[in-house]
Amino acid sequence: MFEHLPYLALQQYWWIIISLLAACLVFLMFVQGGQTLIPTLGKTDIERKMIVNALGRKWEFTFTTLVTFGGAFFASFPLFYSTSFGGAFWVWMIVLFSFIVQAVAYEYRSKPGNFLGQRTYDTFLIINGAIGTILIGTAVGTFFTGAAFYHDAFNVTRWATPWHGLEAALNVENLALGLTIFFLARTLALLYFLNSIEDENIFLRAKRHLWFNAIPFVVLFLFFVIRLMFLKGFAYDPSTMIVSQEPFKYFNNFMAMPAVTIFFLAGVILALTGIILSLFRHSTKGIWFAGPGTVLVVLSLFLVAGFNNTCYYPSSVDPQSSLNIMNSSSSKYTLTVMSYVSLLVPFVLVYIFWAWGSINKKKIDETEMKEETNSY
Amino acid sequence: MPDLIDFSMVDWSRAQFALTAMYHWVFVPLTLGLIIIIAFMETLYVRTGDPQWKKITQFWMKIFIVNFVIGVATGIILEFEFGTNWSAYSWFVGDIFGAPLAIEGILAFFLESTFIVLMFFGWNKLRPRVHLFSTWMVALGSNLSALWILIANAWMQYPTGMHFNPDTARNEMLNFREVFLSPVAVNKFLHTVSSSYILASVFVIGVSAWYLLKKRHSLLAKRSILIAASFGLVFSVFTIFTGDGSARQMAMKQPMKFAAMEGLYQGKSEAPLMAIGIVPATREKYEIRETKKYTYQLEIPKLLSLMTFRDVHAFVPGINDIMNGNPDHGIVAMSEKIRMGRAAIDALKDYKEVRKNHDDLRAQATLSLFEDNYKYYGYGYFEHNPQKVIPSVPVSFYSFRIMVILGIYFLFFFIVILIRAVRNRLERSRFWLRLALVTIPLVYITSQVGWLLSEVGRQPWIVQDLMPTMAAVSHVNAQSVVVTFWLFAALFTLLLIAEITIILRQIKSGPKDGGI
Repeated sequence: MFEHLPYLALQQYWWIIISLLAACLVFLMFVQGGQTLIPTLGKTDIERKMIVNALGRKWEFTFTTLVTFGGAFFASFPLFYSTSFGGAFWVWMIVLFSFIVQAVAYEYRSKPGNFLGQRTYDTFLIINGAIGTILIGTAVGTFFTGAAFYHDAFNVTRWATPWHGLEAALNVENLALGLTIFFLARTLALLYFLNSIEDENIFLRAKRHLWFNAIPFVVLFLFFVIRLMFLKGFAYDPSTMIVSQEPFKYFNNFMAMPAVTIFFLAGVILALTGIILSLFRHSTKGIWFAGPGTVLVVLSLFLVAGFNNTCYYPSSVDPQSSLNIMNSSSSKYTLTVMSYVSLLVPFVLVYIFWAWGSINKKKIDETEMKEETNSY
Repeated sequence: MPDLIDFSMVDWSRAQFALTAMYHWVFVPLTLGLIIIIAFMETLYVRTGDPQWKKITQFWMKIFIVNFVIGVATGIILEFEFGTNWSAYSWFVGDIFGAPLAIEGILAFFLESTFIVLMFFGWNKLRPRVHLFSTWMVALGSNLSALWILIANAWMQYPTGMHFNPDTARNEMLNFREVFLSPVAVNKFLHTVSSSYILASVFVIGVSAWYLLKKRHSLLAKRSILIAASFGLVFSVFTIFTGDGSARQMAMKQPMKFAAMEGLYQGKSEAPLMAIGIVPATREKYEIRETKKYTYQLEIPKLLSLMTFRDVHAFVPGINDIMNGNPDHGIVAMSEKIRMGRAAIDALKDYKEVRKNHDDLRAQATLSLFEDNYKYYGYGYFEHNPQKVIPSVPVSFYSFRIMVILGIYFLFFFIVILIRAVRNRLERSRFWLRLALVTIPLVYITSQVGWLLSEVGRQPWIVQDLMPTMAAVSHVNAQSVVVTFWLFAALFTLLLIAEITIILRQIKSGPKDGGI
């Protein structure tokens, strides 16, 4: 079936999968957002325990999605993998560092003999929450603003600055996106807590803090989107593969792909509905709107970055080295094989939803924390 | 090209990868084996309804989780280090190498991470059979992830199922089945997971022995020993078979690594197997070794030929044969391989040049020159220092012997422990219980030296014959790698200490509510 598709269709199919994975990852980063809120929302040990346990049942999914995102990007667009990871070395190393400390923090924080003490592990969670969201957001910003790499004839990557990626934080749009993701993750986390923890104090604090996080998120997001509409993008000619700058590229892409625009707008409306419901009504269902809304918005932003003959990873120093879905992908054969593997993804989703359902039948409360021996 | 290579970057990147991989491998084998032992115990609980089995299962599960998460933490770094430190490699073979990594994420990691939540939190929320199913799924997921990453590793040792595309300057996959089912991959997977089962069995026996020495939790200890010793014995035998298979694959596919492992300089028919010996201490060029004798060597006549090629008269090539060539046995000299590799590298450069000028006729000519010589492409990097194609003989030689000798010891260890467990004589002699405790560090050493042999022995290649490690690195300054190396070293060490202290505390406090 896949072997009969043209090469370009496979490349597009894989760009959609990468975009979906990125979208799920951004949604699941509510775990990171929640980690930065532990001391704000939890004033007693038992309150903090409830918050950590609400997140602790989900952190593995975010982590696994990140790893799968990396692996799938490697398999489908290896030139991005070798360019971005090998070039923006410092950004990725710091991100990774923050994920190592996260992985152990949940499990070790309340164990006797944990050597570093609970406070250290809780700090690890905050570090991961802040760095993970801001730096990943900033790095994704370079999908629109470009990065300082160039390739030789053998596609070997070189980076034009000694900062190896950290310079991305100096760009306004990148930084805005980084902070947008940070506040989005915190907003989603608050909505998740409203939905999954049965505790009056946490509920009230979460509602109050929703104002302090949802508003900065909306402002930053609007700022980023408006800047994006005016940004010059890098277009390529699919027959000659020559790259040229195009004013209002991303605005043009939205206009050229109405379905993506509808996704984007639907996502924005859903996300705002989730926030408004939770702010002004006594609703705990906000996450069910804001979560899918986030997925739709991120998905459409990635499609705008990579479709319609756009370079999804522009080079700011040598535009002709810019990466697009045609020049950076795996061979047709590999994409075909991987496409068959992708057919298993729906099964994976089914068992994930089944598992979440069977473990989250009831909200986390104080009684459960005191009775349950297996907790963080 | 060789003159542009920053060697301190190469060395530090290797150090960083080795550091991460070795730390990762402290935790992973226990994860792979212990989860199966736990799943067996839980199966017994569900089948018999005996609450003691539930307690035993929960006790080992507690230890499992602490060990599992740190394996996850070190694992994420490994995946991304291919990109951060080995960028040139990621492009050169990413079309093949990326696939198993992605499949590992999609098929294995989600299985593991979904069901581990059910396994950990589900005791009071799920029906026993559903919980048991979750435990088996975690076992399946973790072992599947080992499968995919080992396929990736095996491909580096024996690249197959691909061709080089000069236009994209990379290798591209031609046949997924060849990559997936390569004999090296099959052997590597079976050998690695079965050796992990040995490690987990020794761990369970050792901890249980400590309880018996302390006269605590004797039911837990005896039942655990019975299961772990049976499991360990079966897989000890299996590991010896798969080890033999791995060595024979190595002899065929990586003869230099094999010769270094056997410390064999001068190839021979009816080659003896050197059971033990001390490698001559010279660090000079390989030719000098010819005349040097191994001290304290113990040889078993003809055994190496017999084991390797199933024929006592078979010729086993030594390092000198591979370096100087041996026309009688069809072995191409190193100088010839280097010449062909150089020709391939130059032809590829020329090809790129003439393609730019749209000179199709010359492009065709350079391309066929390139294809004729591509087999030895990587050797072109060793023009000025051909002896660099020899891996460290002492490391390969000793690590192999430590692995094999201890591997045989584990077999006897399991037999004795199992007999004593079946006869209910475990508590009679403190000697065996103490020995079981001492065996824990030994099994970790064995597991590490196995990888040392595999990865140091295959040097200087990151992809056998095609890409030397030195050509695979990213263009990042070495200082950046040095800083991250020490950061990771410090962090991993702190976390290792934390893991050990938590596990020791858990062992000391025993199963929940005491008893058993």
